[in-house]
Amino acid sequence: MFSIPTFLDSFGPLFWAARYTLLVSGLGIALGLVIGALICAARLSGVAFLRTFAALWVSFLRGVPLLVQLLLVYFLLPVIGIDVPALVAAVVTVGICASAYISEIWRGAIGALPRGQTEAARAIGMGPGDVWTRIVLPQAVTMSLPALINELILLVKASSLVSVVGIMEITRASQAQAATTFRPMEVYLAAACIYLMINLCLAALGRYLEHRMAV
Amino acid sequence: MVQASSVEIRGVNKFYGPFQALKDIDMSIAPGKVTCLIGPSGSGKSTLLRCINFLEEYDSGEVRIDGQLIGYEAPGRKMSARKLRAMRRSIGMVFQQFNLWPHMTAIQNVTEGLVRVRGMKKPEAEARAAEALNKVGLGDKMGNHPSRLSGGQQQRVAIARAIAMEPRLMLFDEPTSALDPELVGEVLTVMKTLAAEGMTMVVVTHEMGFAAHVADQVAFMEKGELVGMDIPDRILHQPEDPRIQGFLRSYHERNSF
Repeated sequence: MFSIPTFLDSFGPLFWAARYTLLVSGLGIALGLVIGALICAARLSGVAFLRTFAALWVSFLRGVPLLVQLLLVYFLLPVIGIDVPALVAAVVTVGICASAYISEIWRGAIGALPRGQTEAARAIGMGPGDVWTRIVLPQAVTMSLPALINELILLVKASSLVSVVGIMEITRASQAQAATTFRPMEVYLAAACIYLMINLCLAALGRYLEHRMAV
Repeated sequence: MVQASSVEIRGVNKFYGPFQALKDIDMSIAPGKVTCLIGPSGSGKSTLLRCINFLEEYDSGEVRIDGQLIGYEAPGRKMSARKLRAMRRSIGMVFQQFNLWPHMTAIQNVTEGLVRVRGMKKPEAEARAAEALNKVGLGDKMGNHPSRLSGGQQQRVAIARAIAMEPRLMLFDEPTSALDPELVGEVLTVMKTLAAEGMTMVVVTHEMGFAAHVADQVAFMEKGELVGMDIPDRILHQPEDPRIQGFLRSYHERNSF
């Protein structure tokens, strides 16, 4: 029988665990945006070495499952003598993985800008710095917003994977809860509700931002 | 009256791989004169126009604005980006697709170059931009984003954006080709005003009426060659070259009813 009290009682500890889910995905996307911008710039630069590096970066990180990347980092770092807390390693790994997707999102948005946009700027004598910051990036950010929100939602769900390196986020906490209550269905249903709530909020935020930035 | 530039084009060639887009073009444009470039599509008109502000890099020959070579320091040696930008400041350009910046309002489109390129303070730039927008008849649309303007209005904002920079030469790349027929007139009217003020203008166009009534000289191009250049009447009404005759015949067939 489905135990409604167990289901409801699960929310407390799982909400508390959600702080790690939000921390890992929030810092992960922030790091991913910064590194993604750099990788995108490298990919579009005139320097062949940077372009190749960026292309390899993207294909490796997109081609290897995040779970495997997390395990690699978790077991590799101590071997090469780097001792960082599991949480830091998890955030960095998630951020780096996200950077591969985000750099491609931005490359796509920049590529979708009509050539006339930058030509009009160059024709009045605008320099490359102003062309990027005033003409290209504002439009690319607006255009890429739906894809970035999508990426953030994927990241919230992917953050469940950091449970394998011992972070007590929603998924790991629900496993523990299920083991102590012997009521896995109630607990995991509560976990599902929390993930859904978080992501519905993010989707709403995305719609709000899109609406505000629409011209 | 504006201070107007001259343009001298000598032996200009342009290749896209093995395809030669411009073949040894010579052309002289005196200060304050309006030159229309006509010809079939793919004839190199737009390419030539874009060589004048070096948006298109010509491979050999010379393009001189007021005697100064644009794009190169000397044959084969590229000009620095900074110097090229300085020359472009006094050359306005208007595009077929308007190319307004959609994330900015009409007046922001015009002030952008004044602030970023001319280094003006914002209030001063806004006053200048408002003046330019009034001149093209859009004083009441300054706060609109391009998406809230008709094609004709967008193109007039684009002209305001160019003239606010106080250019001495204006390049028009098929400025009315993307417009609905009923919106062509308002753009041509603004262009006529500019011509009357003594601006040097080079206009790639399919508007033969504009070429006939406003241009000082009309150049006909085909397959990358300058076939003929003369006063409008000689090109449009008594052409000797069979290529021009053929082009005009098909133009009249399409436009008569």
